[in-house]
Amino acid sequence: MKKVDYDLVIIGGGPAGLTAGLYAARARLNVILLEKVVPGGQVVATDWIENYPGFPEGISGPDLVQKMTAQVQKFDLNIETNAAISMDLSAAIKKITLSDRVITTHAIIIASGAFPKKLGVPGEDTFYGKGVSACATCDGPFFKDRVVAAVGGGDTAVQESLFLTKFAKKVYLIHRRDQLRAEAILQERALANEKIEFLWDSVLTGIQGLTDVEKISVQNLKTGDTKEIAVDGCFIWVGILPNSEFLPEDVELDQYGFIKVDANMQTSVAGVYAAGDVRSTPLRQIATAVGDAAIAVFSAEHYLQNVKV
Amino acid sequence: MAEGVLEIEDSNFEAEVLQSEKPVLVDFWAPWCGPCRAIAPVVEELAGTFGDKIKFTKCNVDDNPVAPGKFGIKSIPTLILFNGGDIVDKVIGIVAKSKLEEMLNKV
Repeated sequence: MKKVDYDLVIIGGGPAGLTAGLYAARARLNVILLEKVVPGGQVVATDWIENYPGFPEGISGPDLVQKMTAQVQKFDLNIETNAAISMDLSAAIKKITLSDRVITTHAIIIASGAFPKKLGVPGEDTFYGKGVSACATCDGPFFKDRVVAAVGGGDTAVQESLFLTKFAKKVYLIHRRDQLRAEAILQERALANEKIEFLWDSVLTGIQGLTDVEKISVQNLKTGDTKEIAVDGCFIWVGILPNSEFLPEDVELDQYGFIKVDANMQTSVAGVYAAGDVRSTPLRQIATAVGDAAIAVFSAEHYLQNVKV
Repeated sequence: MAEGVLEIEDSNFEAEVLQSEKPVLVDFWAPWCGPCRAIAPVVEELAGTFGDKIKFTKCNVDDNPVAPGKFGIKSIPTLILFNGGDIVDKVIGIVAKSKLEEMLNKV
């Protein structure tokens, strides 16, 4: 019988993938981590992290990624820049098609993460990179002393809006409800920030301009009234969608496309696990991603002991 | 010299980029931009592979406001590929190395 390439393939190099890599490398598994772009995932675009334990002063997203990457390198984790295109999970020995070859493995941990959802309003695509953005740490400083809008009410929207106030002279925070969903401490800071003006019960309906963003249309859901507001930028943080396009139908998803797992992080396919933002979960944090990943490797090790006889 | 990424400024943008005989890739970045830091090693790797036919440069938008302003850059990282002073292609944000290779193969 042909040799199987790997014990375990980890797909994705964000906090979940890197943690899975750390545990798997220390368990001396024959493992490879595939990252399609660069390690870090969404954390790379996070300006400041205060709710990941061990960093009492807080830490920037890129710095945390650098530390996590240095830690797996210390244990010689094999990381390859490559993308999983598709998978065949019909047999115990699973096949993954990459951009340049097919690899075989006994177990898989899917930690492919998620990406920012679009609103689907007119102008959103046209003005992407011309004032429309989902990354305050990339683009915030371009709006020094300018007026910007932000859409959303969760942790990301509020945290990043606070970051924008370091540069912008005014931030309109547009939220479809009459209160925020973000952590209480973030809400307190935002409500106390004089540069943030809340547009409650409101939705963004359009983005207009000549070559760059010049104004937005906002509708109040209670009154039905629509008004135009002059802004130079518009940041959209209305949730995320899973990176799951490469998954075969055997892997059961929830109604939003996130992967269903049991308490051992196992998916509907034996030997295939999911961890972090890509899985169906009530909370998506760095802290939960690393916890998922540790459990997933533990489960995968048990699985490998039984199948590799 | 084929390898490496040349740091360019507003003062030599015209000469190094627009007047260049070779096609030029410009990586517009800033020290405060996390994704820019993340993609920098990928650009350096590509400079190793494509450095013979394409000049690799980077432009700090904090220190050099003129060139990014001229090309309407409001989001970084932005990578623009120039040939003969014209824009061949542009990529905004972090993308896979394969997508950058695809872009670089256009010249």
